Amino acid sequence: MRLKLILLATAAALAGAGPAHAERGADGHVNVIYWQAPSILNPFLSGGTKDIESASLVIEPLAGYDEKGVLFPRLAESIPTVENGGVSADLTTITWKLKPGLLWSDGTPVTSADVVFSWEYCTHPEGGCAQLGAFEGVKTVEAVDDLTVKVTFDAQKPVPYGPFVGGQSPIIQKAQFADCLGTKAPECTAANFGPIGTGPFKVVDFKTNDVIQLEANPHYRDPAKPAFATMTFKGGGDAAAAGRAVLETGEFDYAWNLQLAPDVLKGMAAAGKGEAMSAFGTLVERIEMNLTDPSPSLPEGERSTAKHPHPILSDLKVRKALSMAIDRALLVEVGYGQAGRPTCNIVPAPAMFASDNTDCLKQDIEGAKALLTEAGWVPGPDGVRVKDGMRLKLLYQTSVNAVRQDFQALIKQWWSEIGVETELKSIDASVYFGADPGSPDTFQRFYADVEMYANNFNGTDPQAYLASYTCEKAPKPETQWQGENINRYCDPAYDALVAELGKTADLTKRTEIAKKLNEMLTKETYTIVPLVDRGRVSARSNSLGGVVLNTWDTELWNAADWYRIK
Amino acid sequence: MLTFTLRRLLLSIPTLLAISLVIFLILELAPGDPVASMPLTIPPEVREKIRESLGLGAPFHVRYLLWLKAFFVTEPLHALDALLGTDFAAGSQRILSFQSRSPVFDIIAERLPQTLTVVGMAYLIGVLIAVPIGIISAYRQYSWFDQIGTLIAMLGYSVPTFFTGVLLIVVFSVHLGWFPSIYDTTLVVDSWDSFLLQVRQMTLPVAVLALYNAAQISRFMRASMLDNLHQDYVRTARAKGMGERVVVFVHVLRNSMIPVVTVVALGVPGVFGGAIITEQVFKVNGLGQLLITAIYGNDVPMVQTLTFIFAILIVLFNLVADVLYGLLDPRIRYD
Amino acid sequence: MTDAPARPAEAAGPGGASPPAAGQTRKPPASPAAAVWRQFRSHTGAVVGLTVFAGLVVAILFGPLVWTVDPQLIDIRARNLGPTWAHPFGTDQLGRDLLARVLAGGRVSLAVGVTAMLLSLTVGTFVGVVAGYFHRLDGPLMRLTDLFLALPVLPLLLVLVMFFREPLAGAFGPEMGTFVLIVSAIGLTSWMQTARIVRGDVLVLKEREFVLASRSIGTPSRRMITRHVLPNVMSPIMVSATLGIASAIITESALSFLGLGFPPDFPTWGRLLFDAIDYIRDYPERVMWPGLAISLVVLSVNYMGDGLRDALDPRIRGR
Repeated sequence: MRLKLILLATAAALAGAGPAHAERGADGHVNVIYWQAPSILNPFLSGGTKDIESASLVIEPLAGYDEKGVLFPRLAESIPTVENGGVSADLTTITWKLKPGLLWSDGTPVTSADVVFSWEYCTHPEGGCAQLGAFEGVKTVEAVDDLTVKVTFDAQKPVPYGPFVGGQSPIIQKAQFADCLGTKAPECTAANFGPIGTGPFKVVDFKTNDVIQLEANPHYRDPAKPAFATMTFKGGGDAAAAGRAVLETGEFDYAWNLQLAPDVLKGMAAAGKGEAMSAFGTLVERIEMNLTDPSPSLPEGERSTAKHPHPILSDLKVRKALSMAIDRALLVEVGYGQAGRPTCNIVPAPAMFASDNTDCLKQDIEGAKALLTEAGWVPGPDGVRVKDGMRLKLLYQTSVNAVRQDFQALIKQWWSEIGVETELKSIDASVYFGADPGSPDTFQRFYADVEMYANNFNGTDPQAYLASYTCEKAPKPETQWQGENINRYCDPAYDALVAELGKTADLTKRTEIAKKLNEMLTKETYTIVPLVDRGRVSARSNSLGGVVLNTWDTELWNAADWYRIK
Repeated sequence: MLTFTLRRLLLSIPTLLAISLVIFLILELAPGDPVASMPLTIPPEVREKIRESLGLGAPFHVRYLLWLKAFFVTEPLHALDALLGTDFAAGSQRILSFQSRSPVFDIIAERLPQTLTVVGMAYLIGVLIAVPIGIISAYRQYSWFDQIGTLIAMLGYSVPTFFTGVLLIVVFSVHLGWFPSIYDTTLVVDSWDSFLLQVRQMTLPVAVLALYNAAQISRFMRASMLDNLHQDYVRTARAKGMGERVVVFVHVLRNSMIPVVTVVALGVPGVFGGAIITEQVFKVNGLGQLLITAIYGNDVPMVQTLTFIFAILIVLFNLVADVLYGLLDPRIRYD
Repeated sequence: MTDAPARPAEAAGPGGASPPAAGQTRKPPASPAAAVWRQFRSHTGAVVGLTVFAGLVVAILFGPLVWTVDPQLIDIRARNLGPTWAHPFGTDQLGRDLLARVLAGGRVSLAVGVTAMLLSLTVGTFVGVVAGYFHRLDGPLMRLTDLFLALPVLPLLLVLVMFFREPLAGAFGPEMGTFVLIVSAIGLTSWMQTARIVRGDVLVLKEREFVLASRSIGTPSRRMITRHVLPNVMSPIMVSATLGIASAIITESALSFLGLGFPPDFPTWGRLLFDAIDYIRDYPERVMWPGLAISLVVLSVNYMGDGLRDALDPRIRGR
């Protein structure tokens, strides 16, 4: 078996001719550029997207999501469901079967022990595994036989596709990582930089935060793939430079995540060397309203806590007016172009979970003005509304990012039209998204009235995502300002519904609850004001074929199918 | 001079220790979090676990002392092991980067060559063109050469490298296609062709940096030459019938070198520090890029180690400058 | 190069008595300041520099009174326009008028550039002179300089902002507070080069005959420094000033990117330049205006510096 594969690979490399994508290694070299450079090829030790995606060329999970968000088997033979008996009727276990005959890139067989080990590795109490979330609720993972793995949850799990599914939760080789458990994990540099995998490529050389050189995995399960014999994966720089390298100079074949202004991207694509592709997932750019008072006059420890409701934004009418004043279509046009569409939902996809909520799409300045007047805010001498001697003035913060700053400027102007004065603030992303409890500028701490950022969820099920807006998840000084409910939204009805979602297995019922939860946060309370459903834009050169952009899993999910258009 | 040098070297040990403590304090106080760059889909409890696994749970002074020990004991021992094949450092904790979880010194060693070739070359070229330009500009003050030199130097300095770099790429890579816009760090120079490739990919970043460095140094050179050309001793020398060449190159130049030596000595550690913006623009991925990604990623061990090496070089080269002052002008005494 | 050129010889020409004597023995002119001014005026480059600089300052101060378009007003239909009568410099990606933005940005950039440069120059010169002149202070001050040179600038700025933004905003108001913070941050992190250079020159000067002579007649240190040392280290200081103003303007823009500077919608030259870089291919003129403005400031300050140095040099002034 092994010899045959090697012979096949060599033959493919020698032959060279023939149909473009029928033989392994026939298409030579491919260049990929990520403007964020991968630091490590072990996704368990780094949560960064760049690390997960680069590692996905090498190590794979049991199953992944395709471009439509549908699960498909990778190392597994099929997707276990209740119907095929793979998921137990009480929804507490899931049994995966590996494809027979799978080999690691070093030629040794893949067994269920490797799967069990991957779980042990990540859940080691001292390991600091970044993907621990995938294993939440997992009681045990056992090897039933060489090719069968049974995952048992400690409670009913309506969606059991967390562990070993998607690029975040790959299978690593037990033989290679056996001595790297817990505190020893970072000491295994060679393994972390060059994991042995089952994916289409294997690592030849890894330079951290710079470049990876890969070659076709001689033991990849499809003997005809990958079409490319070698790959250079370069990291670093900025999105504009990466776009230029693919679209304008043609030095690279694939560029990841080109977050550029639409005009800029259009100008680059006009050079005719490549094409910008886009696809949509669950990432939503939104404005979050602070329901608590962030005033600096309050003592430290009480600012932005449930003790003091927000003097302005506690009023639903004000929040709604702020949302009505925004022209989302224009925001998309200015900031995202083909890579964005207006949305009123925080769960914009998959289609079955997306509420048909479109109220917010039309800008209504007059309606917003009327609503503010109704709420008691009347225009003062300088046009800024006042109520009980208080000016309608908001501090609006976000991270440093050209598009976000354009959004801030536009929204500030619209709000000024309805009589709201806005002070803008931008914070370096590494501080803003950091969780340093000592820093006043983190997005969790929320020492501002409104703030903007984007968030999404992994996979296709929004349960965990919606569950982050329950009362107890509000960041507060007692929890070192950790927590995901950054609005400090608190509604017992919402919490009850979230609990119900956790117990519901019926898919139709689940979608109904999820839609209701989404609406409670958006059009019913305007706690969260979604702006743009942000797609992903990546670019490929005209000569790179087989690329299918996927937002549900790693973008390089089908690198095995890539080929050179001749 | 020897006792002075020795005394200063000894004195630099407490200085450097103090510097390392201050750097550590600043990094400790700076807001930021090594898990900030991870996707928001990772829940807070997991983030807390990651932080603990990075050793951030320990109090400040413990982490500082551990770092000191690793820097001054473990790492040198490790280097010794690597050189001699011994086994002194076995089992002791090296300094590990938060981002890549690999030893900081290995990464630095990996990055050093490309930084030295690009940034070092740019600095060398910068100095080599700046000194003659400075001399001629001063000697023929307000001549057309001087005027054009001034114009170019001022433009070179006032227009930031993030602009000149992108401009050169748009002109020479995109429109003309002469040079690559992305530096290939995997290129191995082993033949004439690969050498030509290396030269081609170095041209743009070196040009950007050399212009910037030359602009600054030539201004100091010119100013200092001008000062000295007007001194009495120059008149005396000319009056004594000395050749113009001797007057300018021996007397004036030597006396004008002090500010230039200062500036160059301040710049040399900067070569090690890399050129943050230019490296980013051309994807050279040297030490500058390493430092900036470490700062953005709050990779404290990496930032601390790089900055501290930088500090050692600063202290060292400022000492070199002081010694050179004494050689250039024997009247300068430090005792 | 062997022929003696006319200019330097001329410059070092007659009338240059030994420097310290020059100021005291010459026939009393109107005043030293007037003499400096007369010499300054005779320097063509300096006059042109002064005129351009003054022109820029006037444009920035009074331009917004003439060109009354609001620099923050978004006119989304007029995006990415080239120069027209309605928008002489064109508009940016949100349809904001670039002329108005360049004018408004100039206020901040010039104010920050000049103030931060002066601050850094003052600190640098003071440290340099004191360290060079007083042997006892040399060691401690130079080690302090080493420390500042070694500090990682970005984290340091983050720390400064974290601790001082709110107190300063409380003390001076939000905008003035930010201004004070930025200027001190830039000043604090950029004085070291000047200090090292000035010190090097002072070390040499200290051993010059005229200084030794002056000291031997018992001139007090303060008088020595102001009369003999400072005037003779003017040229590196002037160069530092020119270079300092350029880097201060650019550093300011870097600060606002980190969220450490002025609010994001506040235009400054460095920011306008940086924002325009992505559009360099399609709208190159957008990079040109702020770039030109910065270069003009730096060039004019450079020539003014040249003139001022010549004017302050008693050997030349005496001509």
